[in-house]
Amino acid sequence: MNTPRMLNILLVCSLLPLSVAVKADDLCLFANAPPAYQAECGSCHIAFPPQLLGAGDWRQVMATLDRHYGDNASLDEAVRRTIADFLVGHAGPPSKVGAGGGAARPGALPRLTATPWFTRKHREVPRADWSHPKVKTPSNCGACHTRAAQGSYREREIVLPDGRRWED
Amino acid sequence: MKGTAIILLVLGTPLVQAATPGEILASYRAEATRVSPGYRPSVAQGAHLYGRQFGVSEKMPACSGCHTARPSQPGRHVVTDKAIKPLAPTANAERFTDPAKVEKWFRRNCTEVVGRECSAAEKADFMTFVMEGR
Repeated sequence: MNTPRMLNILLVCSLLPLSVAVKADDLCLFANAPPAYQAECGSCHIAFPPQLLGAGDWRQVMATLDRHYGDNASLDEAVRRTIADFLVGHAGPPSKVGAGGGAARPGALPRLTATPWFTRKHREVPRADWSHPKVKTPSNCGACHTRAAQGSYREREIVLPDGRRWED
Repeated sequence: MKGTAIILLVLGTPLVQAATPGEILASYRAEATRVSPGYRPSVAQGAHLYGRQFGVSEKMPACSGCHTARPSQPGRHVVTDKAIKPLAPTANAERFTDPAKVEKWFRRNCTEVVGRECSAAEKADFMTFVMEGR
């Protein structure tokens, strides 16, 4: 083990009840996440914190991997089930993320960037930052949250795509 | 520690080196030879496959779209912007060392970019080009 460095520090969820563990700024990583979660989901995008969508929405996402936001992300059934169980088991509370997620229309896939919680947390972000070429998609958490991969979303860690620090 | 989170240090995950790129290539070559006796992997064919604009997927028309024109360079996912390590084993020793992973990504990416699964010959050509480390 090397000298501890900030970049290597992960925010790992405690064993407290989920309603307590889910904090706005610390979308902690779950130590019990199956390795397949990072390996499969984290290869094309950040392995999103399961807290960002409700249980029903995760079920829907994991049932339609062959049509995954414009890509075919299908998995072996055993792996799919393992990941689905993990996501559903650690899903966000409906009071925060909404029971129907952020599906643009009935039947569409839920979007974690369209839940009431996400919308409220990002309401002050100017349109120009969202459309910056470095961002590409609102689900690119790491474009501004410099330690998103470590499960940390604190305001002081935010660097907007043009290099500005976030100020309230 | 008080609070809702505990801080742990990342431990390096052990790498499972199940195979070498050469062994995986040999396996695809053998399969291709069974289908077409006399088949030989071709760098030129692999380069063509790698750079060809298939245009099947609007966002992912070619391998080079995410992996850049040079397999030895790091790339970026065109939709999510996630960093992608170089494909060339000369630049990234993890590449082509897990046959199941290689097969999974050929299946996924060929379906997405080419619009169908790739043949064993195409996979062997592709690997032969990528392993040159250009």
